[in-house]
Amino acid sequence: MAFNHKHLIDITEYSADDIMAILETAVKFKEVNERRIKQVPTLKGFTVVNMFNEPSTRTRSSFEMAEKRLSAASLNFGGSSTSSVKGESLVDTVETLCSYKIDMIVVRDKHAGVPRKIADVSGVHVIDAGDGKHQHPTQALLDLYTIWQTKGRLDGLKVGVVGDIGHSRVCGSLIPALKIMGCEVTAIAPPTLLPARPEVLGVDHISHNIDEVLPELDVVYMLRIQRERLEGAPYPSLREYNMLYGLTEKRNKLMRPDCIVCHPGPINRGVELDSFMADHPERSVILDQVYAGILTRMAALYLLLGGSEDGITA
Amino acid sequence: MTDAGTVKNVCMDADEIERSLVRIAHQILETNKGADNLALVGIVTRGDLLAKRLAEKIEQIEGTKVPLGKLDISFYRDDFATHFAPEVHSTEIDFDMDGKDVVLVDDVLFTGRTIRAALDALMDIGRPARVELAVLVDRGHRELPIRADYVGKNVPSAAQENVRLFLEEVDGKSEVEILEMSDGAHIGAAPLGGE
Amino acid sequence: MALLLKNAHVIDPQVGLNETADILIRDGKIVEVGQGLTLEKGVERDLAGKIVVPGLVDMHVHLREPGFEQKEDIASGTRAAAHGGFTAVCAMPNTNPVVDNAVAVEYVKSIAAQAGKCRVHVSGSCSQGLKGETLSEMGDMAAHGAVAFTDDGRGIQAAGMMRRVMDYASQFGCVVMSHCQDEDLVGDGQVNEGVASTRLGLLGWPAEGEELQIARDIALCRLTGCKLHIQHISTARGLDMVRAAKAEGLPVTCEVTPHHLFLTEDNIGDDYSTALKVNPPLRTASDAEALIAGVVDGTVDAIVTDHAPHTAWEKDREFELAPFGMIGLETSLGLVITNLVATGKITWERMTELMGANQRAILGVERVALEAGSTADLTVIDPEAAWTVDAADFCSKAKNSGFIGAELTGRATDVYVGGYATMEDGKIVE
Repeated sequence: MAFNHKHLIDITEYSADDIMAILETAVKFKEVNERRIKQVPTLKGFTVVNMFNEPSTRTRSSFEMAEKRLSAASLNFGGSSTSSVKGESLVDTVETLCSYKIDMIVVRDKHAGVPRKIADVSGVHVIDAGDGKHQHPTQALLDLYTIWQTKGRLDGLKVGVVGDIGHSRVCGSLIPALKIMGCEVTAIAPPTLLPARPEVLGVDHISHNIDEVLPELDVVYMLRIQRERLEGAPYPSLREYNMLYGLTEKRNKLMRPDCIVCHPGPINRGVELDSFMADHPERSVILDQVYAGILTRMAALYLLLGGSEDGITA
Repeated sequence: MTDAGTVKNVCMDADEIERSLVRIAHQILETNKGADNLALVGIVTRGDLLAKRLAEKIEQIEGTKVPLGKLDISFYRDDFATHFAPEVHSTEIDFDMDGKDVVLVDDVLFTGRTIRAALDALMDIGRPARVELAVLVDRGHRELPIRADYVGKNVPSAAQENVRLFLEEVDGKSEVEILEMSDGAHIGAAPLGGE
Repeated sequence: MALLLKNAHVIDPQVGLNETADILIRDGKIVEVGQGLTLEKGVERDLAGKIVVPGLVDMHVHLREPGFEQKEDIASGTRAAAHGGFTAVCAMPNTNPVVDNAVAVEYVKSIAAQAGKCRVHVSGSCSQGLKGETLSEMGDMAAHGAVAFTDDGRGIQAAGMMRRVMDYASQFGCVVMSHCQDEDLVGDGQVNEGVASTRLGLLGWPAEGEELQIARDIALCRLTGCKLHIQHISTARGLDMVRAAKAEGLPVTCEVTPHHLFLTEDNIGDDYSTALKVNPPLRTASDAEALIAGVVDGTVDAIVTDHAPHTAWEKDREFELAPFGMIGLETSLGLVITNLVATGKITWERMTELMGANQRAILGVERVALEAGSTADLTVIDPEAAWTVDAADFCSKAKNSGFIGAELTGRATDVYVGGYATMEDGKIVE
């Protein structure tokens, strides 16, 4: 097994073998997370900066947890106190952080392309924790892990992705990743929520009728709907969205018995997902996804920092 | 398989390995006054296989099945940043170690760093009453204050030599070889990440 | 002051010239173009191996002064123009304050007269403050020398306002130059909508956001009779509309930039190079192909640069936060020679029209030709000079070119404005 990546920025730079290496390593971290002492000393002496330039609770806390369980020193940087609020440029901020002698930056930013820019400026390892509407590769990894662990395979699965694909960084990584792993992807959304060229992401089929597609699916991946103001919104009302594209209790009977339901969270209950489906004991793997987030992020940190020449020898 | 160097000497053959394990099994039972509170934990890769053989022998001698586990020390290595092996093997300790007399089993005792890591790992998983160390080969060159309680054979070696255990189960032959290191090869009983 | 340019390959389709000849210049005017000319007293230069054409023009340039002198000023921008082989530029009015009144026109003209290294034609804005709401004083500006009107940088959103602009401007005989961008459709679009926007996760700037206003403005040209010039056209369908309007006989012209001809959305890699963030955005390869076809068949009247300087720090940031635009004055001629002339797609004659004669005609400024009596604005070109685009060589204050590292053949070596050298042997004459 070989793993030769410095960054996790663009999932399309990863092969199926690279992705499997992360997923299989994540399985090993599952054993660690089920111990009484859920921490290993692996990243002792490494410093990871969580640079979250836009609000995020779930992803940031998941990364922080993964770092702490690997004994890395982690520094949370950003939030409402971001330097950009004071007019400092991104480049200046990154150079300032690098003066702390850090090993990795985990970055969330509302602008696409920022992780690559940080990698170029800083020279340290970079993980993209979501950049604008572009990518969110660790979300894709935790989704793949969850699906793989639940279904026992990835190759050949029929996955339906439902909702705001056009403005979703989750899809920017998830759909290419599903394709890399051999899944068949159907995008299910109104045209106002599709990207200009869905096939560029890897979408195999497009549907505007969830009821037609549901019976075929092994996995239905519900995306979060932005509860934005209705003026200029890409759908007339949350009610109509729920009617046309929501995973309602009524739609349960259309689904195969072994079809699972994923959602990146946080859920808008009653909009994209009824509580019946969100809490469905057999179908819903939403909390498994959250747990998988810790495991796959630990695996990514472990594999990216391992053997780093600029690392320390204890 | 990684290039481990050229074979200089076979210092234990299959029969010697077998005899040493029988002796160690007896010694363990003698020291621990039986197998009642005993557990064996082998370090992957090879130590786990030796532990399995020891458990079989203990069962033959004592009629008791001792709890058997295997331990991967990847997350505890002190050379994570410099000698990284991406492949992590499974740690499987499916019994409660608290209060047990645990015998840690490894193939070759060299610098002692693997054992240091294994002890840390064990302590994170449970709280054994006592931990002893059994190795098939002690080749010297310790870098830490660690010694084995049970040793199959002391094999004096040069620092630039490798001492490697091959086992029928995975290698198709059972013997301990002394190898001349090739340039840049990793010193250790097994190649990084096992094989 | 007399100057004799000897043994040059003179090319000017306006007077049917394509031969080796000498050019005699006295007091800023061409005295004679012919064989074996001699000069008793004055400067004589041997231009064997060089091509001499009527001075090149770039009718779409942002000189940034007044207001944004950290990006560029008239002194540096006109040096860049001279360095690129141009004898004249037309400055866009989106400065601070906006050139929407005669005082601002006079300001630009006076700074250009003091510090400029080429002629600076001034365009005024169509609407006050570029807001697209109230007509600017086009009459007063025209009286003070403004040659054209444009709200470049923004499209005029309301069709009624655009109609008023064109109706009003038509009485001064000035061309209205239109930046076509429907703001509601384009929104915060960053790159071409399609493959690039999907791949990069950036908001799309659809071709239709440009084409809607091209169609509208052509309709308004029909309605008002005002001369219309479509700026920096970037799409195949947009060009088709201009082609149809010309066939109909409407007074419509258009321009393209080297970056829309020679770069595409595919050039924007995962490094999100902000040098390639331009407005309108780089389009598809088939759009670029169609634009080149338009250059060849005559639908395209002008190649302009939309020279848009920005400071390094403004561009060295998040793609979505970086300003639109790239510089072009110092690479345009080399790119056109390398990609269009040397490849046989267009002739040298056609190049002189696209980068000179046609632009003067659109702006309604004095004709320059290689004939006796014409103003001696001349560009001397070494067609064989091989060079690599290097930001360190730019005279512009800005370095935001999308062509850094490009290997080009052909460049201007000498430039004469009114008989005086602004560049000699590749060096700006101070």
